[in-house]
Amino acid sequence: MASNKTAQFDAVKTLHKIEDHFEMFQILDHEGNVVNEDAMPDISDEDLQELMHRMVYTRILDQRSISLNRQGRLGFYAPTAGQEASQIASHFALEKEDWVVPGYRDVPQIIWHGLPLSQAFLFSRGHYLGNQSPEGVNVLPPQIIIGAQYVQTAGIALGLKKRGKKAVAITYTGDGGSSQGDFYEGINFAGAYAAPAIFVVQNNQFAISTPRDKQTAGKTIAQKAVSAGIPGILVDGMDPLAVYAATKDARDRAVNGEGPTLIETLCYRYGPHTMAGDDPTRYRTDEMDTEWEKKDPLVRFRKFLEDKNLWNEERENESIEKAKEEIKEAIKVADDTPKQKVTDLMENMYEEMPNNLKEQYEIYKEKESK
Amino acid sequence: MAQMTMIQAITDALRTEMKNDENVLVFGEDVGLNGGVFRATEGLQKEYGEDRVFDTPLAESGIGGLAIGLALEGYRPVPEIQFFGFVFEVMDSVSGQMARMRYRSGGKYSSPITIRSPFGGGVHTPELHADSLEGLMAQQPGLKVVIPSTPKDAKGLLIASIRDNDPVIFLEHMKLYRSFREEVPEEDYTIELGKADVKREGTDLSIITYGAMVHESLKAAEALEKDGYSVEVIDLRTIQPIDIETIIASVEKTNRAIVVQEAQKQAGIAASVVAEINDRAILSLEAPVLRVTAADTVFPFSQAESVWLPNSKDVIATAKKVLEF
Repeated sequence: MASNKTAQFDAVKTLHKIEDHFEMFQILDHEGNVVNEDAMPDISDEDLQELMHRMVYTRILDQRSISLNRQGRLGFYAPTAGQEASQIASHFALEKEDWVVPGYRDVPQIIWHGLPLSQAFLFSRGHYLGNQSPEGVNVLPPQIIIGAQYVQTAGIALGLKKRGKKAVAITYTGDGGSSQGDFYEGINFAGAYAAPAIFVVQNNQFAISTPRDKQTAGKTIAQKAVSAGIPGILVDGMDPLAVYAATKDARDRAVNGEGPTLIETLCYRYGPHTMAGDDPTRYRTDEMDTEWEKKDPLVRFRKFLEDKNLWNEERENESIEKAKEEIKEAIKVADDTPKQKVTDLMENMYEEMPNNLKEQYEIYKEKESK
Repeated sequence: MAQMTMIQAITDALRTEMKNDENVLVFGEDVGLNGGVFRATEGLQKEYGEDRVFDTPLAESGIGGLAIGLALEGYRPVPEIQFFGFVFEVMDSVSGQMARMRYRSGGKYSSPITIRSPFGGGVHTPELHADSLEGLMAQQPGLKVVIPSTPKDAKGLLIASIRDNDPVIFLEHMKLYRSFREEVPEEDYTIELGKADVKREGTDLSIITYGAMVHESLKAAEALEKDGYSVEVIDLRTIQPIDIETIIASVEKTNRAIVVQEAQKQAGIAASVVAEINDRAILSLEAPVLRVTAADTVFPFSQAESVWLPNSKDVIATAKKVLEF
């Protein structure tokens, strides 16, 4: 028999109370106006210009990568246009000694962290030398298994903490990735050890064709931080200043021993999921594209800087030319890279080859000598 | 020298390496204050502190990721998976990630990680505790898989595993943890990975085996001796890579062989050993190489272990088939 007794505890109200805490953090609106002066990060004019330069450069890199992919001069490529604020401004808040643990779409961050462009292109083509990042550049190759980068980041961050280093490990996944077990385990482990990690969820609205609301009933992804008992923040991912400020704040707290943060950046990818045949017109409307194009991080940041007399067409063209020139150069370096041999692959398996590999090595060496 | 059980020898190896190398970290579910569900890490946290020996949240995948990340910061992680049946939760971290780290980074990074985990039947454990899943691990390039059968081997192999700069899966058979004692040297020593051990010499038949089946095979060899057969028992100790040299030398001497494993016929690594013998010593064979394995069912409900697990009687029966072929 159903009870008429009124519940003393209103579970729905509790949920809404939690969700209400995750309001979107924004500093620049679509027109480039500062709407949150108090939160304005302390950032020099030169740094503001450098940030714009990197975002413009990254937009060009995306355009050229798509084009080179279509020409068959690049392989696997996950477009980044639209996510410059989310990717580049978050990276801009880091220091050299920090670790960047990227997903497959996060090639720009590791490039700005020190991976040569030519190696990023070799990664795209599928060449082991693309993943051999230079010594002292703390980046992992882009992670293909969605969520794996999260648990690994918890481990790196714990390592940094144990070593007493004033550094963080930052990692990125998408909105779809927040449904994975490793996503949850990663933030939960980092929380339990108060490890200096920054977990970024770039919510670009779609996981291939699956819209964000098919991933979870949660109103935000940022609120998933509550399950790990760590701070979470929802940021306008098209706003470079808000993303920078949120990441900087998370970094400061992490290196002060206060543990990890989950940052959800609300953003959009203008291109397809990857260049491997995805057709976004199947699941996205023109209206949606148009609406998000108005929110373009470059448009608003350009306006903001122009109003401060820190940016003009000439500067923008310089960035574009520099990008195109360096991309051309990097593709050439990639083209000139020696082809991979099976013996190369064998050499990278173990410090010392076990017997089965030693035996196969001789067979392939013989084959390769012909 | 001291008389030790296998579990004591394992604890001794962990203590030895924690002392030798401050980068060695031991972690897992209940390995700290509690000293592990089998007491394998007993006393280590007290001796080396919580910074070196610590408990984790209950999540195998997270433990795998933790190990990979700590290795990237220069540590030498020795994580524990409480029972190897739980490896499915951490298959990506093991096979998808740490096994591939050196290769995928073009040699820049590596995973000097030793995963310890108990497995094996005969002790009436609940579901998914005792399954023999070493075959899954053996199929993953980038891993090494070690399975000791004696206290002395366990210590030397574990020290070697921890010192190895590539990932090692170190599987500890639960039935062997405390089933017998053996003289184990107190000083530190290593046993080379990838090297088998001839536990008993013979001239009529080679039994190639590992784990708890080493002891069943030795029992069978003794019984067969009474029937006039001289049987050689090879304990692989490392099942990936396999010590082919020792196997082939033995088969060329005895001209007959069987492979004995606790895992199901479609699992384990016996098929791989048979294939290697066929490839390399077919002209020495007087009979086909037969296998002793469990049946191709899910690991038995605990009351059915005795009729399901292979034992010395199965070894004797198969040995006779080959000897009398």
